[in-house]
Amino acid sequence: MSGLDKIVLKDVHKSFGPKTVLKSINLAVPAGQSLVVIGGSGTGKSVMLKSVLGLIKPDAGEIMIDGENVLTMSRSERREVLTRFGMLFQGAALFDSLPVWENVAFGLIQGKGMDRKEAQDIAIEKLRRVGLSPDVGNLSPSELSGGMQKRVGLARAIAAEPEIIFFDEPTTGLDPIMADVINDLIVECVKDLGATTISITHDMASARKIADRIAMIYHGEIIWEGTRDEIDRSGNDYVDQFIHGRAHGPIQMEVLKP
Amino acid sequence: MRPFNPFAAIGRMVLGTLAELGRLSLFAGQALGGLVNPPIYWRLILQQMWVIGYNSLPVIGLTALFTGAALAQQIYVGGSRFNAESVVPGVVVIAIVRELGPVLGGLMVAGRVSSAMAAELGTMRVTEQIDALTTLSTDPFKYLIVPRLVAAVVTLPMLVLIANIIGVLGGYIIGTGRLGLNPGTYLQVTVDFLEKSDVYSSLVKAAVFGFFIALMGSYHGYFSRGGAQGVGKATTNAVVSAFIAILLSNLIITVIVFGGRG
Ligand SMILES: Nc1ncnc2c1ncn2[C@@H]1O[C@H](COP(=O)(O)OP(=O)(O)OP(=O)(O)O)[C@@H](O)[C@H]1O
Ligand SMILES: [Mg+2]
Repeated sequence: MSGLDKIVLKDVHKSFGPKTVLKSINLAVPAGQSLVVIGGSGTGKSVMLKSVLGLIKPDAGEIMIDGENVLTMSRSERREVLTRFGMLFQGAALFDSLPVWENVAFGLIQGKGMDRKEAQDIAIEKLRRVGLSPDVGNLSPSELSGGMQKRVGLARAIAAEPEIIFFDEPTTGLDPIMADVINDLIVECVKDLGATTISITHDMASARKIADRIAMIYHGEIIWEGTRDEIDRSGNDYVDQFIHGRAHGPIQMEVLKP
Repeated sequence: MRPFNPFAAIGRMVLGTLAELGRLSLFAGQALGGLVNPPIYWRLILQQMWVIGYNSLPVIGLTALFTGAALAQQIYVGGSRFNAESVVPGVVVIAIVRELGPVLGGLMVAGRVSSAMAAELGTMRVTEQIDALTTLSTDPFKYLIVPRLVAAVVTLPMLVLIANIIGVLGGYIIGTGRLGLNPGTYLQVTVDFLEKSDVYSSLVKAAVFGFFIALMGSYHGYFSRGGAQGVGKATTNAVVSAFIAILLSNLIITVIVFGGRG
């Protein structure tokens, strides 16, 4: 099994000062599969993705990409591995000094050294796939709505057709119809490009559509993992409470009641 | 509460400053490392030169013009007590080229540029744009820091050269227009007093100041954290530390270049 795993996290720990965010994360994603990670707000989902990308340095553990531990690599090896990744940030993180099309084409022009004109054509095509017309390409990111920025971020993440793509809340802030278009797009990426993906979402409809497997993170640990069909009969009270969105259950929200 | 211990407070401050200087040196080293191996983003360097240089011209020009003019007036008043009004052109050109042109020019540009760099990079940091660069296989040092450093080091000498000329012009306008000095003599004395080494030291100072302007702006912006408030703090720190670096390095260069003369 582990020979085919594209991404493996072994006992990954991360604290910020006294605050432990990742306690012991163990995950494996086989090549060409789509894993959806669910879990409450502030439980460390984004920190987990950033640890795999090397944007945050874990305190302990191993992170393997194609069987190689990226945490012990040199900077240049690490950069080489990163060229195989695409990432949609939770806040889109578009470059506001560049027009929209150049944001989408950035990895092609800077990373792969592609000709600007050719990269622009690809960028326009990717924008179309996320439901944005070519004239949006010439706007500045600050002129777009939040949902449009998210879709540009998505177009940028898939533009270079990476082997591994991370989507941090791809459908948050989108209307239900556009959310479903994006779900289809993510499914296509996995099918057509053969990409391996990890998506974070709070949107259970989206999770059911794009996931091969679903994992739930709680208090810095993966407390449940299974296929998308198993989630409804997980027998896990935490998972049940989460997927049905109930205020009462084993997960106590830290809200002060008057 | 524990009683206030001044020695502990001073100790903490010294250690904090040393740690900060260490981080700053590492940062500068990493930026210089990015300079020697490709890719070099020429387009971004030119873009930054435009932002730093062209947009600073009005403020540099006005500062130099007014300072040169005020200087001429003061030296005239001081000199007339010894019947030495004729020293005005010589003292103006020396003061402007050796000290006031580079220092005032550097400070004005620092106020504009260090703050703008810190705000821009700080915003990129807190909105995760710098993280996004990394995931798109682009080294943020080469893409963001190196072009700013190179552009500032190249542009500041040009700006200071212009400031020097306009400063002398300011003195000339007051000297000939108001104080009744002979225009031909004024220019002649200016040229006679000025030495090549004055111009060189002026330009070397400018290049050093340019380095510090971009370094402080980039450093504080790049490591800013904590949202809009953090970016605001980074901006202030960038300007203050650029000012201190400019004034201190100016003193050091002045002592090295002119300290031996007597
Ligand atoms: N750079 C950082 N410095 C300090 N603490 C951090 C940092 N990044 C994240 N944290 C903390 O780590 C915890 C997890 O953050 P993370 O962004 O991973 O949450 P999340 O699971 O993605 O939540 P959400 O669903 O709301 O996006 C948070 O409590 C946050 O305060
Ligand atoms: Mg998050």
